Amino acid sequence: MNARDEFLAGLRDGLPILLGVVPFGMIYGVLAIGAGLSLAQAQAMSSIVFAGSAQFIAAQMFRDGAPALVMLLTAGVVNLRHMLYSASIAPSLQHLSWRWKALLAYLLTDEAYAVAITHYARAETPIAGSQRHWYFLGAGLALWTTWQISTGVGIALGAQVPARWGLDFTLALTFVALMVPALRDRAAVGAAVTAGVVAVLATGLPFKLGLIAAAVCGIAAGLLIESRRTRPGGGR
Amino acid sequence: MTVWLIILGMGLITYALRLSLIALLGRITLPPLVQRGLRFVPPAVLSAIIVPELLLSDGALSLSLANTRLLAGIVAILVAWRTRNALLTIAAGMAAFWILGAVL
Repeated sequence: MNARDEFLAGLRDGLPILLGVVPFGMIYGVLAIGAGLSLAQAQAMSSIVFAGSAQFIAAQMFRDGAPALVMLLTAGVVNLRHMLYSASIAPSLQHLSWRWKALLAYLLTDEAYAVAITHYARAETPIAGSQRHWYFLGAGLALWTTWQISTGVGIALGAQVPARWGLDFTLALTFVALMVPALRDRAAVGAAVTAGVVAVLATGLPFKLGLIAAAVCGIAAGLLIESRRTRPGGGR
Repeated sequence: MTVWLIILGMGLITYALRLSLIALLGRITLPPLVQRGLRFVPPAVLSAIIVPELLLSDGALSLSLANTRLLAGIVAILVAWRTRNALLTIAAGMAAFWILGAVL
């Protein structure tokens, strides 16, 4: 396929995911305004950070008045998974110029990664010399544009949504929807349970450090359970 | 001003993580422990956010039936587990939250 066909194919394959992105973007917009961010700040976060779950948590931490350093650390921990995507997609982008790498890295969200990696995996021709980066760009731009517009709509609605609707509860529900499919084996469940328990026990920690403490304990628990299961002669 | 700096900082950190291995492939490889550990980041982080939201009200543990967030959260977890559909999960959880809030 030439560049134009690749770009259009990427746009098209991004479309079904957009349906799921729109409500999240709108909910983020409403929550960000509810947390006390200005219109410009709430919208700028969508284009500067461009990461749904980190933006949700940031809105919550702005609301609770967490210290700057803890917010930055938390954003780093929450977005650590992007390093995994970066490592996974890197071989497919090695032949590109710096400019392309810099641009596609900016568009490397959960959804764009999922769409792009599937396309790269199913391709039969060699990656070098192909135009497949245009596909990534098409899917990435479709997601980026949708995210900006849907958060904008949420921001515009923000002030008109009454507090008694309890819309901030959608935050927890959104994360339930993201987490449950990740609980694929016992080690992942162990990581989630440990992190949940530690998060409750650590609510008294100063500076909202509970989330980071809980995440570290959860990751350690996951690794421990996994290594016990895979150790030769150990367990089953 | 601080808010803007935090937003900018979070953006830089996120971008650095996304660019990291794309830029450095071939020059560094992640230690095996880190590679294995990254898999547990989403379940651990998400659970650390969800569980306090469901179990705590005003900073105190609330395990009674009057805790509508907990009950609605359990509904959402069951729907997510059975359907793996994000929108359905949120809709079911929110519906349960509103209905329980009106009934209890």
